[in-house]
Amino acid sequence: MATRQTHMLGRILIAPSVLLLFIWMIVPLVMTIYFSVLHYDLLNPGVHDFIGFENYYYFLTDPAFLASLKNTLVLVGSVLIITVVLGTLVALLMDQPVIGRNFVRLMVIAPFFVMPTVSALVWKNLLMHPVSGFFAWIATSLGFRPIDWFAQAPLFSIILIVAWQWLPFATLILLTALQSLDEEQKEAAEMDGAHAFSTFFYITLPHLARPITVVILIETIFLLSVFAEIFVTTGGGPGLQTTNIAFLIYSQALIQYDVGGASAGGLVAVVIANIVAIILVRLVGKNLET
Amino acid sequence: MGSIQLQDVRKSFGNIDVIPGASLKIEDGEFVVFVGPSGCGKSTLLRLIAGLEDVTGGHILIDGVDVVDTPPAKRGLSMVFQSYALYPHMSVRGNIAFGLKMARMPKAEIDRKVNEAAGVLNLTSYLERKPRELSGGQRQRVAIGRAIVREPKAFLFDEPLSNLDAALRVNMRLEIARLQKELGTTAVYVTHDQVEAMTMADRIVVLHAGRIEQFGSPLELYERPANLFVAGFIGSPRMNFVEGPDAERLGARTIGVRPEHITVSRSGDGWKGMVSVAEHLGSDTFLYVEVPGIGTLTVRTPGELGLREGDTAVLTPDPARIHRFDANGQAIAS
Ligand SMILES: Nc1ncnc2c1ncn2[C@@H]1O[C@H](COP(=O)(O)OP(=O)(O)OP(=O)(O)O)[C@@H](O)[C@H]1O
Ligand SMILES: [Mg+2]
Repeated sequence: MATRQTHMLGRILIAPSVLLLFIWMIVPLVMTIYFSVLHYDLLNPGVHDFIGFENYYYFLTDPAFLASLKNTLVLVGSVLIITVVLGTLVALLMDQPVIGRNFVRLMVIAPFFVMPTVSALVWKNLLMHPVSGFFAWIATSLGFRPIDWFAQAPLFSIILIVAWQWLPFATLILLTALQSLDEEQKEAAEMDGAHAFSTFFYITLPHLARPITVVILIETIFLLSVFAEIFVTTGGGPGLQTTNIAFLIYSQALIQYDVGGASAGGLVAVVIANIVAIILVRLVGKNLET
Repeated sequence: MGSIQLQDVRKSFGNIDVIPGASLKIEDGEFVVFVGPSGCGKSTLLRLIAGLEDVTGGHILIDGVDVVDTPPAKRGLSMVFQSYALYPHMSVRGNIAFGLKMARMPKAEIDRKVNEAAGVLNLTSYLERKPRELSGGQRQRVAIGRAIVREPKAFLFDEPLSNLDAALRVNMRLEIARLQKELGTTAVYVTHDQVEAMTMADRIVVLHAGRIEQFGSPLELYERPANLFVAGFIGSPRMNFVEGPDAERLGARTIGVRPEHITVSRSGDGWKGMVSVAEHLGSDTFLYVEVPGIGTLTVRTPGELGLREGDTAVLTPDPARIHRFDANGQAIAS
């Protein structure tokens, strides 16, 4: 915003949506805070005693909490790395003039339109199933023993599924960014004697810094709360191996019927999400400045 | 050293022949300007020399070596683009040093060369800035710095001044010409501005629809245009063309007279007509005179003249400076 007038106008114009968003957010938040200090057990309806921070104490000292925190971070981090690296490579490939380019693009984008539950089921039953899955078929026809994915590498399997879903998003954003790269800049680099690798490293990658930041920030928001894929495939197991914070809170509320504990967990999750957000903005946010 | 020779160079995009066949030889140290109307293939020809486009046929020789299969970087040329094409995330220093860095030159030597180039171009105090923090003229100088620092065999310029305002353009024009003479490096310069062409060039290539119409020094082009196209393209205001009995009397299909080679008087022998517009520029006056049976003729007279719109004027062409053209538009030697 260049002038004081436009600045002012901008504020007035965004005020209604900010207000609406604020109400939308504040009501559930206040209710959650309220539940989190009650002893609110669905098995004992009617008993709503005030117990202070006891719910928080139990949630934070539960060994399941640390395990699921670790799983959450591993899941988010791995998916981010896979989607950004692969997304950049796929976007570079799709930026080349190939025959049937539009069709290829459509195919690459397709996974994004599949519902998480559906894609998780497809992966679980058609691809990763140890007896009838596609991977098992490949393994047996090559003479290997098939892998029982969800038993032997449960978290890795979840990471694979989630990364597959988010790859199109990263690819799409990075591809549009690649197409906006000035052709003359690439030619200037070519005249300067830069080969494919140096052109990528010195020209393309710096140009992609901003879209990569956007991808990281947006994906993180959604990846912190991955749920459907875990629910459909492993149910958080074996043991706690694939339980993330979101799934832990779910199991608290609807498996152990402890609404108070789940609310406390939810607030802890909000705090964690904020910490992650602050760290991310510190790390990569400077790329968004002009 | 840096002579560039084109031997029947052809280029088509799909089935459109953009360059149907161009041959010319640019000598070492020469400043050659390509001019022509928009879309005539100037940029394409320059990009063919640079190696940014592949030729459809023919040969390009740099210092006698055929380079049509040599990648751009190996041809030893450097190019200044119309959009400057600076690397936005690198500082001015980084931009100028990039080519040297790619050539794996030692760091100390890169620094020395960059500082030297920056000194020549008055960029020393901007070396740590990013391109977006510079003015148009400064960006232009960075682009030139990037070109000279590699000590190429030849510079290629594609309308480098078209994004600058008029005053800066004149300055940069002088600066580029001076720099080129100092370095003694061959330069090929594309423009559609004939003032730039006339003032900067040692020799000018006039292109029309991908064909080379004439290749010669600015004065040659002005005094002895090879055909109607060159005659009409070079010189401002445009040359007057007259057909009919006046031309046939001189044994030509068309005759051409430049506005500055016509004398105006109020009476006497010559083309009689009525002044339709008089443009007063102070030093010169441009008169547009309607001559019955011929059309509008432009006349350029020094200083102020008593003639106003609606007055009768008599135009007498300087007989020694009448250009004659045959039915094919080619000049007839006199
Ligand atoms: N990549 C391309 N594909 C198809 N046609 C092209 C391509 N590049 C240029 N042309 C055509 O070639 C012709 C010459 O283009 P060029 O860019 O060389 O013109 P120019 O003389 O530089 O014009 P200007 O003064 O407007 O820059 C034009 O008719 C243009 O449409
Ligand atoms: Mg051009």
